[in-house]
Amino acid sequence: MQPRTLYDKIVDRHKIRALDDRDGPGSQLLLYVDRTVLNEYTSPQAFTGLRDAGRDVWRPEAALGVVDHVNSTAPDRGGAVEDANAQRQIDYFAENGRDFGIEMFDVLDPRQGIEHVVLPELGWVLPGLVIAAGDSHTATYGAFGTVGFGIGTSDIEHLLATQTLTYTRLKTMRATVVGDLPVGVTAKDLVMALIRGIGADGAAGHALEFVGEAIDTLDVEARMTICNMSVECGARVALMAPDDKVFDYIAGRPRAPSAEMLARARPVWQALASDAEAVFDREVVLDAGEIAPMVSWGTSPDQSGAIDGAVPDPASLPEDRRRDAVRALAYMGLEPGVRFEEIAIDRAFIGSCTNARLADLRDAAAILRGRRVAPGVRAMVSPGSSSVRRAAEAEGLDRVFIEAGFEWRQSGCSMCLAMNDDVLAPGERCASSTNRNFEGRQGSGGRTHLMSPAMVAAAAVAGRLADVRSLASREM
Amino acid sequence: MQKFLSVTGMAAPMPAANVDTDVIMPKVFLKGIDRAGLARGLFHDLRFDAKGRTRPDFILNRETMRDVRFLLTGPNFGCGSSREHAGWGTLQYGIRALIGTTFAGIFADNAANNGLLLISLGEDDRDRLFRAAGPDGAELTVDLVERTVTCGGLRLAFEIEPSRRQALMEGRDRIATTLQMKEQIREFEAAYFAEAPWLARGGAA
Ligand code: SF4
Repeated sequence: MQPRTLYDKIVDRHKIRALDDRDGPGSQLLLYVDRTVLNEYTSPQAFTGLRDAGRDVWRPEAALGVVDHVNSTAPDRGGAVEDANAQRQIDYFAENGRDFGIEMFDVLDPRQGIEHVVLPELGWVLPGLVIAAGDSHTATYGAFGTVGFGIGTSDIEHLLATQTLTYTRLKTMRATVVGDLPVGVTAKDLVMALIRGIGADGAAGHALEFVGEAIDTLDVEARMTICNMSVECGARVALMAPDDKVFDYIAGRPRAPSAEMLARARPVWQALASDAEAVFDREVVLDAGEIAPMVSWGTSPDQSGAIDGAVPDPASLPEDRRRDAVRALAYMGLEPGVRFEEIAIDRAFIGSCTNARLADLRDAAAILRGRRVAPGVRAMVSPGSSSVRRAAEAEGLDRVFIEAGFEWRQSGCSMCLAMNDDVLAPGERCASSTNRNFEGRQGSGGRTHLMSPAMVAAAAVAGRLADVRSLASREM
Repeated sequence: MQKFLSVTGMAAPMPAANVDTDVIMPKVFLKGIDRAGLARGLFHDLRFDAKGRTRPDFILNRETMRDVRFLLTGPNFGCGSSREHAGWGTLQYGIRALIGTTFAGIFADNAANNGLLLISLGEDDRDRLFRAAGPDGAELTVDLVERTVTCGGLRLAFEIEPSRRQALMEGRDRIATTLQMKEQIREFEAAYFAEAPWLARGGAA
């Protein structure tokens, strides 16, 4: 048999039949989908479509719903929200769960949280699966050797009705990460450096597989950060071959298979890797040792640089990036040549499915211990899930955040996309552990600087963008 | 889904790269439970200023673009969030096809599911079309049967996935088509779960 990539192996395993008379990238096939997760804002029209056509859900137990986008993250939140439209989405979501037999976690459920944090922590994401869901960051599950990808609402409806998708096979790309990440440099910096290097469309149309020692060394949560944010360089799917760390992560979680079943699955999972001779459509190599903590300066995630640098002069950029850079700087209220560490912030936000897991909160708390948020900065942390919140409280991390001057919030997407009442005011500048710095993403006119959670903590303390390494080194 | 055969109308140039779905359909328009009323939200913050006044310099606000049918787009159009509202709003505004070089994956799938035609040209053809249309845009014809874009004296051929083209031309309901393969899906499931019993029951241990 021809050597194959991990992506092609998983797609082949889920291929029910070809829909074209050819194979390979760009060809269409009927793809079986193992599981999906639903949220309240991209699913309603899918259920309305099913109702209108009188169709059932093919396999209700393969879907799980969680309210995460529009809910409040107020520390004392109740089940209801003030915004009547958002409340209607929450109510309709619950009704759809009841009518179609799909399990739904409401806002007050102890398992509530951001969908891409909830699924892995339940043990519901297993190697070798296909998981499609109505959110682009479904690629997060690549950290488990699962083909995860985002779909729109019509495809959610198609998936619910048939357990399949009419799928177009992607091209494949491999990112080989050599060397080790320096001290104080995280998975977030790695993926931001990659995005900066290849551009916001650098992996468009590709399934992006990560390999290399730097990846092997990372824990599963850090790997999720990388797969999650690969979406911002256009990758539809991100993948990493699963290893013992992944198998250990899954074992014993509430929805994981039984020990007996895990023993049967293990040899199958261990075989999930690209063949040594497999050919990728594109290859990139990244040296982890060269990466420094990153911050974004523009309105596209590829507009970023190392913290010890400065806002670039658009004239110095490649021609095709200039025009967008000029526009981005105008929006961001920044002048070329200003050093990143001189940029003062108004807000600091730690949250999102990219960076609000327990390890992320520990990283940030390590910087904040014994320090205070700078006067005039409003700082918030919204744990990735209610379970993460409880686990952090059990370690006393909530005290560290609160004593430093952070608001210790409930879980949800919160200021990652600001569909609830956590928003930036026009012109406010925010150091943020999220994944998108688009215009208006965190509130109309709001200015977002993306960075790792520890870098957000450092910025909150300094009152301006700051190099986490200068704070961390005092403790070493 | 509306059939697409041949459509003639105004095309508006929007050459910026990486136009994301937050810009195409801002989040305040995502709070519905049906698909209605999204034409209002399309490019809202580009069409209107913070006080709700029309921005006269924005291309879609020009008098000539009242019946716009096409957008000429920059690379990686539709990147970012999966929100299908971006595609629904585009169609509800009256736009039938987007012509550019590359489109983001989820956006492209959403477009196909709703009958919004996306045409990917090579960079040379894209440049020629942008020149022919000029900065103010121009009338053009997209013929899906012939697979051509015609603008004044310029006539360009384009490629499109055969199954996608067929579905657009027929305005076909994808779910009904897939459900015709019901038996095959059932057979697949039986064999699949026999081989991977740890997946058999929705995942619960
Ligand atoms: S945290 Fe942000 S990126 Fe993640 S699911 Fe929520 S809105 Fe999407």
